[in-house]
Parts: sequence; structure tokens; C-alpha cells
Amino acid sequence: MKFDKNKYRIYAKQHAGRSPLAKNCLFAFLIGGGICAAGELLYALFSGPLRCEEKESGLWVSVTLIFLSALFTGLGIFDRIAKHAGAGTLVPITGFANAVASPAIDAKSEGFVLGVGAKMFTVAGPVLLYGTAAGAVWGLICWILSRGRI
Amino acid sequence: MTLFFAICKAFLVGGLLCVIAQILIDETAMTPARILTLYVVSGVALGALGVYEKLVDFAGRGATVPLTGFGYAIAKGVKEAVAESGFSGIFTGALTAAAGGTCAAMLFSLAAAALFSSKPK
Repeated sequence: MKFDKNKYRIYAKQHAGRSPLAKNCLFAFLIGGGICAAGELLYALFSGPLRCEEKESGLWVSVTLIFLSALFTGLGIFDRIAKHAGAGTLVPITGFANAVASPAIDAKSEGFVLGVGAKMFTVAGPVLLYGTAAGAVWGLICWILSRGRI
Repeated sequence: MTLFFAICKAFLVGGLLCVIAQILIDETAMTPARILTLYVVSGVALGALGVYEKLVDFAGRGATVPLTGFGYAIAKGVKEAVAESGFSGIFTGALTAAAGGTCAAMLFSLAAAALFSSKPK
């Protein structure tokens, strides 16, 4: 069979099963929501029985989720969940942690400097760069506004 | 009971933020790296506009656990740093706010790389 790109796209769509978008969205909603709900439960644990301050509790929620993501990535469990969850595991901080841990583990054979050390920032690098750059622009605006008030 | 409602709100808002990303992935074929970058920058912008704070007040971890919350933390940190130390806050605010999550991701990933080897896919 010979296909051009357009025909292939139509063919693929017809055979992709009934509305994968709706199914993907449902899984993303349930798993992503579930991770955030777990975060809320952890937050209640840190700020309640463990008596952390508000800001600190938020940090410990992130650190716990990041730890579990790195562990599950190493054990090969994360990918199996992410296959179904899609954006459900990507968008929470778990996705950021997986994006750091996964290339780090894969690049181990290339050494710990240019392998693990460099490759762990393949996705985290742009996230940090543009987050920091956007933050700096906002900081400049804040500074100009504070000058205006004096 | 308040905890139950807090968890429900976190579930709802966190889930919806994921659905938006899922639609972007399926309909525009955006890569995960682009989605994460978009979410962080959006978080900074919405944080700067004062919109995201309202979402955090409502949904708690439903708003701070998604990566937009990382951006919101950056916007908030920069604002506080500039208010506290002036011009130098532009340079210190963002990474100070991002330090905890970034450091945890780096350390645990380094440990994971030391302990585990990649599985055949």
C-alpha cells in the first residue's frame, strides 16, 4: 500500500479507536487530579501533625513528590503510569522531576559529567531558563513600579 | 471535613490544568518540554497579574503542584526580593524561589542515576 501524508493521517484517524482525546483527557484529569489531591493530603500532614510553617509545608510537598518521581523513574514504574496518564503525570511537579531523572539515568553510560550531569537538563534547562527570564522581566517591572512610587 | 473539601478542590483544579495540557498535546502535537516551558512561563505571567494567587487561595495544592505553580512561586519570589533588596532582587528572586524544587530534582536524579540503570523500553 502506498500512502501520502494526508491519506495516512486520515487512515490513522479512522483506525485510532473511538475518540482517543476524550479518553486521554479523562486519564489526565483523574491521575493529575489524584497527584494534586495527594499533595493536599501531604500538605495537611506537614502543616498539621508535623507542625511545619506554611511555606515550609509547601516545599516538603514538592520534595516528597519529586523524591517519589525520581524513585519510580528509576524503578521503571513512572513510564508505565505516564503512558496512560499523559499530561496527568507531566504537568504536576512529578513531570519536571521525571524529566530530570529519566535522561540522567539513560545517560549514565556516557559518564557522570557530560552524560548524567549535562543530559539531566535537557528539559529542565529550558524550563529553568525561561522561568527565570520571565521572572527577571517581572522583577524589572516591579522595580520600575517601586521607583515610581518614591 | 474541611480537609475533604480541600482535597476535592485540589483534585478538580489540578485535574483541569492537566486536561488543558492533554488537549494541547493531542491537538497541536506540542512536545512535553514545550508544555512544561509554556506552563512555567504562564505561571509567572499569571502570578505577575495577580490572577494565580486567587487560584492558589481556592485550590491550594491543586494550583501549586502543577508546573504553573512553579512559575507562580517564581513571580512571587521576585516581587518579594525586589521589595526587600531593590534592584538586586531582579537577579536573586527567581532562582531563590525555584531553589527547593530544583535542588531536590537534581539531587534525587543524581542518586537515581547512581543507583539505577536504564531499562530496555
